[in-house]
Amino acid sequence: MKRPSAFALVANQTRYEWRIFWRTPISAFFTVLFPLLIFVVFSLVFGNERIDYLGITTAQFYAPSLAVFSAVSATYTNISINTAYQRDEGILKRVRGTPLPAWIYFAGKILSSIAIAVIGALIMLGAGLAFFGLQVYPETIPTLLVVFFVGVAAFAALGLLVAALAPSGPGATAIANATLLPLAFVSGVFIVPAEKMPTWLNAVASFFPLKHFVEPFVAAFSPAATRASFSWLDLAYLALWGVVSLILAIRWFRWEPPTGGGGRRSRRASAASE
Amino acid sequence: MAVVTVTNLTKRYGDSDAVAGIDFTIEEGEVFALLGPNGAGKTTTVEILEGYRDRTGGHVDVLGYDPADNERAFKERIGIVLQESSVERDLTVREAIDTYGRVYPKRLVTGDLIDIVGLGEKADARVKTLSGGQKRRLEVALGIVGDPDLIFLDEPTTGFDPSARRHAWEMIANLSTLGKTILLTTHYMDEAQNLADRVAVINNGLIVAEGTPDTLGGRETAHTTIRFSLEAALAGELPVDPTLVDGTIVEYRTDDPTAVLHTLTGWAVGRHVALDGLTVTRPSLEDVYLELTDGEER
Repeated sequence: MKRPSAFALVANQTRYEWRIFWRTPISAFFTVLFPLLIFVVFSLVFGNERIDYLGITTAQFYAPSLAVFSAVSATYTNISINTAYQRDEGILKRVRGTPLPAWIYFAGKILSSIAIAVIGALIMLGAGLAFFGLQVYPETIPTLLVVFFVGVAAFAALGLLVAALAPSGPGATAIANATLLPLAFVSGVFIVPAEKMPTWLNAVASFFPLKHFVEPFVAAFSPAATRASFSWLDLAYLALWGVVSLILAIRWFRWEPPTGGGGRRSRRASAASE
Repeated sequence: MAVVTVTNLTKRYGDSDAVAGIDFTIEEGEVFALLGPNGAGKTTTVEILEGYRDRTGGHVDVLGYDPADNERAFKERIGIVLQESSVERDLTVREAIDTYGRVYPKRLVTGDLIDIVGLGEKADARVKTLSGGQKRRLEVALGIVGDPDLIFLDEPTTGFDPSARRHAWEMIANLSTLGKTILLTTHYMDEAQNLADRVAVINNGLIVAEGTPDTLGGRETAHTTIRFSLEAALAGELPVDPTLVDGTIVEYRTDDPTAVLHTLTGWAVGRHVALDGLTVTRPSLEDVYLELTDGEER
């Protein structure tokens, strides 16, 4: 009797997570369409003009920054919320009772969310190219790819960590949104933080990984004259966040639904009454 | 050959013993039922055997493995139908079975399995559109998709309506005819009676009786009860002294029901009186069970 290969199992799990994602319209909306909507609105509101202190147009800033936002939603937000809900519903417990190795289960989640992140980012950049005159500088493409994949891998791992720590699905939703949105503002996703932002707030933003993802990614869309040089430090810092998150997530991961007969009973009762 | 051997198993939560030292074995091909009220320790016991929980003490051998080691080879040979779990709402029945089936080295053909659990018409329906009973049948399908040697069914019909329960019973009986060993937990006496080759009654973390459904708690040797109602005035004339007279109700408990009945009916016919509502009963599994568990929390 032959065991299925690890490759086949990873492919199976990735396809499964991918399917579940696209069949949940609310998550597909917030990951792909919502950032696109923000992009279109910002570009229209600000008239896609040149931002003087950046030396680039509005779209040249927002297309990449919101591509990162979409990618982080696809990985961090998506994994943390979906995994926590799956645990609440007992799906993780069922998985735990099968021979599927845990690492393959995690790999499926991470790979599927990265694939979704790629789609979200491509849609955003594609809209920029097609309608808002986004310029892509070919010599920065290798940098873009490296930053993107290290970034989404790190945020996928961070999503697993939030899922491991969150008490429940609603809890994970609250944590994911309450961390990502404020951080996006101070990290230069929606607005470029003003020079006069308090130092301590800048320090907070620099501690968390989002700034180290969005800044190099946006910088790669700047004309050579104003482009900041690519920093390995940003990349290493992102990778560190990812590795530490993954280790802690595996260590603290829980497969069983939260205890307490209350939810159990009511779900059972609702199943019976259907 | 024993598939499951449990020796002096204990599980402690804080100050209380959920499982207080139980022993049992399950032979290959057997349907074994753990019967007990809610909170008796059934699920704790089963979840230790499935590898979900650590035990506090004792020895457990399932298919030659210690479930606490959580080995992949062990998981490949068992099938679990949890009391509380669910299936992804947005998958179809076929997709769910395929997805879970692919993780096993040997697996049942999806189409066959869908027929076994009677979901043929729902094969391409999303899980969220299934009724409660259909969902449970899908869960059974996911439990056996890896063609397991040992199947755990934790309260498989709790919350079912009577016809759904009948269907589930048929399905479980079919699994048994395929030669699978089945460990079933239930708090329904009739379920244990219908399905199990052997029953262990568990209460307060201890096994209080064990046997076949027919012999459990000494049922086969227990007294037969004869009961009828009679005008109180005539009770004194009865040819055999009753065990109990309560108003017009007369009751006998006897080891020799044939002779007692013969005497009583002969007397009644001769006297031209009717033994109204005459019943002759042996203790049901339910009576035995209630006695064993003190009627707790039913």
